[in-house]
Amino acid sequence: MTKKGRLSARRARTAWVFLLPSLLVLLLVAAYPLWRTLQLSFFQVSILQFPLKPSWVGLDNYKSLLADPYWWISLKNTAFFTIISVILETVLGLGIALVVNTRFSGRGLMRTAMLVPWAIPTVVSAQMWRWMYNDVYGVINDLLMRVHLIAHPLAWLATSRLALPSIIAVDVWKTTPFMALLLLAGLQSIPDELYEAATVDGASAWQQFWRITLPLLKPALLVALIFRTLDALRVFDVIYVMTGTNPTTMSMSVYARQQLVDFGALGYGSAVSMGIFLIIAIFAAAYLVSLRVEID
Amino acid sequence: MRSRSLISTLLFYLLLLIIFVYLIFPFYWAIVSSLKSPNELFETPVRYWPAHPRWRNYVDVFTQQPFGRNLLNSTIVAGMTTFLSLVVGSTAAYALGRFRFAGKHTIFYAVLSVAMFPQISVLGGMFVLVRSLGVYNTWWALILPYMIFTLPFTIWVLTSFIREIPRELEEAAFVDGASPLQVLRIVLLPLMAPGLVTAGLLAFIQAWNEFLFALTFTVDNSARTVPVAIALFSGASQYELPWAQIMAASVIVTVPLIVLVLIFQQRLVSGLTAGAVKG
Repeated sequence: MTKKGRLSARRARTAWVFLLPSLLVLLLVAAYPLWRTLQLSFFQVSILQFPLKPSWVGLDNYKSLLADPYWWISLKNTAFFTIISVILETVLGLGIALVVNTRFSGRGLMRTAMLVPWAIPTVVSAQMWRWMYNDVYGVINDLLMRVHLIAHPLAWLATSRLALPSIIAVDVWKTTPFMALLLLAGLQSIPDELYEAATVDGASAWQQFWRITLPLLKPALLVALIFRTLDALRVFDVIYVMTGTNPTTMSMSVYARQQLVDFGALGYGSAVSMGIFLIIAIFAAAYLVSLRVEID
Repeated sequence: MRSRSLISTLLFYLLLLIIFVYLIFPFYWAIVSSLKSPNELFETPVRYWPAHPRWRNYVDVFTQQPFGRNLLNSTIVAGMTTFLSLVVGSTAAYALGRFRFAGKHTIFYAVLSVAMFPQISVLGGMFVLVRSLGVYNTWWALILPYMIFTLPFTIWVLTSFIREIPRELEEAAFVDGASPLQVLRIVLLPLMAPGLVTAGLLAFIQAWNEFLFALTFTVDNSARTVPVAIALFSGASQYELPWAQIMAASVIVTVPLIVLVLIFQQRLVSGLTAGAVKG
């Protein structure tokens, strides 16, 4: 072997040694639990008895899942939540990013204000909004009645027609600024010269947006969009805190946890979990393929 | 240069003001509610500033609720998670950012896909793991599971930082006969300091805010963290939630996060976008 070959073999060995601790941790806390969940999904087993006493049921859990109306309701709720919140967050986020991208005094303050909703724990923001939504003492009813948008107080979270949209509004509040920050970074990478040249050529601001901003922002937009979709599909905190396990708003994750913990059905709950995993894996794979994340 | 007319400038600032109020109002409302007395809290029409602001609720959070214990739990859990993620993650990031070896891309994709795991998809298996290790309802029942999302993210952010550091210094150290671990510790770590701060901060916030595992792997206040406590705060009766206390607790946990964001906002944004925009 040449000296160079020996050296690169040694470096490769060093690299694996350096990777080892992380790989072991990930095997323990990611691969093993995922494997166990998959395994458990083929058993009927109660969470209350430990050590577990599983009995093999084959594909029964999955058959029940396909026939389970609550699974389909939670899937429908999650799809509704994901589609509406991601669309609103993208459009509003782009709008805010465009506004903040112009020069004005107090821009630093604005950027900080944008990070606040993101940094607040979801549980905390959910409780804050739950109090604002309160049907009798809530500030939202008060504000809307003052400006005569509604005639009498509404029970935002207790009315089935309003509950999920109200929860989406909380998610939009929390996540739009974050979306805007991601898009702002994309906007700032577009060279000013392009706009200057376009202005010289007499292009209107509207034309500049469609012909320059949007096409060049596409990669950043796509990443932000996929990240948000993956995040929205697994939504748990905000729904659990605001409306618990109520079927009108229950998401897939809320349903899986209800089965696993509240009903103690470790086997069936794991089958629900694997259903969610499958759905999100498809989106994640699409992401990895479409972006061809490069590391070299 | 086009000069903007007065009206469009005013409209622009009005728009900014609307966005600003929209972002801040819920937090403002939590502060106002936390300063109200029970009578004032349940008064209609609502008051937009308390007539008699008082700190009682902030005291009550610590005397009537085990909130001090919850804060301690959260601090230890988030702190340990961050520390372990940085220690374990920095060597992995060094390997991924600097070394060439077969299987590197596979590893990188594997780490990346763990970051995208929905937590719920491992909840059942994680429960079994936590029970078998005998750590259920302890800090470790949260620290270990949290590594599933903090570690991949830390590796990701640190790898992108390491790749931006010029190689010359390390090569000089290698020529002088330093081992790779010495190079990492003595040469690279100081240069990585900004990256470590960013990655650590993001990991800390993620761990501090986590809810699903914390809700599932703790049963009482011996390990219960702040988000779970705030979600489960209960009052004198089942139907009467102690809203003023909940809002006071919410303000207490949010203020340190806002301070962190104020100090590190530039780093946070660059760390978040390093992960997301550059890919």
